[in-house]
Amino acid sequence: MTVLAHELKASYAFVERNFFLTRRYWGWELAFLVYSVAGALSVSLIGAAAGDERLLLTLMIGAIFWNYLSVVFGWIAETIQVERWEGTLEYTFMAPIRRWTQLLGSCLYAMAYGLVHTAAILVVMLLFFRGLDLHVENVPTALVFVLLGSFSFVGIGMMAAILPLLYVERGAQMTFVLQSCLLLVSGVYYPVSVLPEWMQALSRLSPATYVLDGVRAGLLDGQPVTALWHDVVPLVIMGIVLIPAGLWAFGRAERYAKRTGKLKRVG
Amino acid sequence: MTTTLAPEPKTTTPTSSPLPASTGLEPAARIPAGPDAPEVTTSEPGTHAGPPALLVEHVTKRFSVDRKKAPVQAIDDVSLRIERGEILGILGANGSGKSTLIRLVSGLLTLDTGKVEVFGHDIERDELAVKRLINRVSVDAAFFKKLSPMENLLFAARLYGLDGKAAREQTKAILGRLGISESRLGRPVEQMSRGMQQKVAIARALLTSPTLLLLDEPTTGLDPRSKLDVQAFIEEVNEAHDATIVLTTHDLAEAERLCDRITILDGGRVVAEDTPDGLKHLVAERYGKAPTLESVFMTFTGRSLDEDVEEDGDND
Repeated sequence: MTVLAHELKASYAFVERNFFLTRRYWGWELAFLVYSVAGALSVSLIGAAAGDERLLLTLMIGAIFWNYLSVVFGWIAETIQVERWEGTLEYTFMAPIRRWTQLLGSCLYAMAYGLVHTAAILVVMLLFFRGLDLHVENVPTALVFVLLGSFSFVGIGMMAAILPLLYVERGAQMTFVLQSCLLLVSGVYYPVSVLPEWMQALSRLSPATYVLDGVRAGLLDGQPVTALWHDVVPLVIMGIVLIPAGLWAFGRAERYAKRTGKLKRVG
Repeated sequence: MTTTLAPEPKTTTPTSSPLPASTGLEPAARIPAGPDAPEVTTSEPGTHAGPPALLVEHVTKRFSVDRKKAPVQAIDDVSLRIERGEILGILGANGSGKSTLIRLVSGLLTLDTGKVEVFGHDIERDELAVKRLINRVSVDAAFFKKLSPMENLLFAARLYGLDGKAAREQTKAILGRLGISESRLGRPVEQMSRGMQQKVAIARALLTSPTLLLLDEPTTGLDPRSKLDVQAFIEEVNEAHDATIVLTTHDLAEAERLCDRITILDGGRVVAEDTPDGLKHLVAERYGKAPTLESVFMTFTGRSLDEDVEEDGDND
């Protein structure tokens, strides 16, 4: 067996295990789906109340695609926390695999889970708000941005996953802070132009800004990907930079955790 | 008292397993150990050619728990040498450094100084090679509790390169040997007793065919029947699979039954090391004490095995 085949098989182990967990917690998954649908509907109804279909669609796209990005981020960021809670972290870190193998498996499952979860919300939204003027022919544009944005969020998720390694008791909560800051500056429910100048500068560092801008341009304005290089290029650069940066940071954090004894079970 | 005894050559062979060794745990059924697996030369512990199963040389580990306090010396210049096929027992009170030593050998902690080699592989330079050779069972059977034993073990097996079908078959065989029926394999681990969970933890370790098995108080908290089952299984694994075992325990009878040699840790230091008989003989001859392991422990540590040493860090 080649090294790559071994590592890919090990990556699949994380995909399969996370699927087992989803299946075992199906009641919670259902509740989470209801929560996500209710949240997306609530936000979108603000647009309906204003009698402004474009606002409704802007909010709906923001709610749906932010859901995807936050689900991907959440799964990856919780990679360490869940194992620490269950007490399996030391066993996983003892396994003869490279760390990118573990993170690749977690990321693949996060993206697959996020797509299914988001698709379910999208279906409910389209059934609830019938007859919306969406450029469905530009769905591929939206998918391209989702894919490109996923890479960036994977990198950020890896960095967030470090927090429970470094801060045993409150690391998981600190990932929520990071997530909410991204929500604030990325123009999820409002244009970034309403933000103060310094926040607008921060918004340019968030991949979600470009994902949402691109998806809205595609689905609301009918623009193809080829007309949206100003959103594509930053996402590609962020993906190229953030994934290696996430792996590097994770490796440093693992070394620190092993030096200070922070891999031990808590919970 | 800090007398450290030079290890003596092993004088006894392991006792025969009281259990039949033909129910799914035959060496032929094991996962191929891969290119890093050391060659088997003989079945007699202590007489193999080649590097020792485990070599620990002048290892120290300190933890800083508070910037205002001095670091805690969890492991202090510990050296050990274990030959292939041996069972080494590590005795020590709570806080003596047993689990820290196991974690250092497992690669879960970095060394401050010294070196650790597993079958000649340096634990820091050849990390992946070492990881393929070892596995560990700790006092708390750590699983995804909502998942079944089969799901948990399937995950572990895939991390070590085993495919799904083989992993399922071996899981059934190993757990069947440990008295866990197939009907239990699909139910959540959380519904199992503590003893059964610990057996699943041992099965998880065996599934990966470790050549060096680190058992960190594997029978602590088990009922007497489960404890005997696990002890018999450890003997069987040692004999049938040529596995080298490091066992930390609070149970002196267990240590006496299972271990070829015993190392006593106190305050992170090795204070005595010999065969069980050698240690007992020594305290009887030199100190006029009763020839029991309890006397040995009291003599070399000045405390009982159940006593807690103040734990300021990770040195349990």
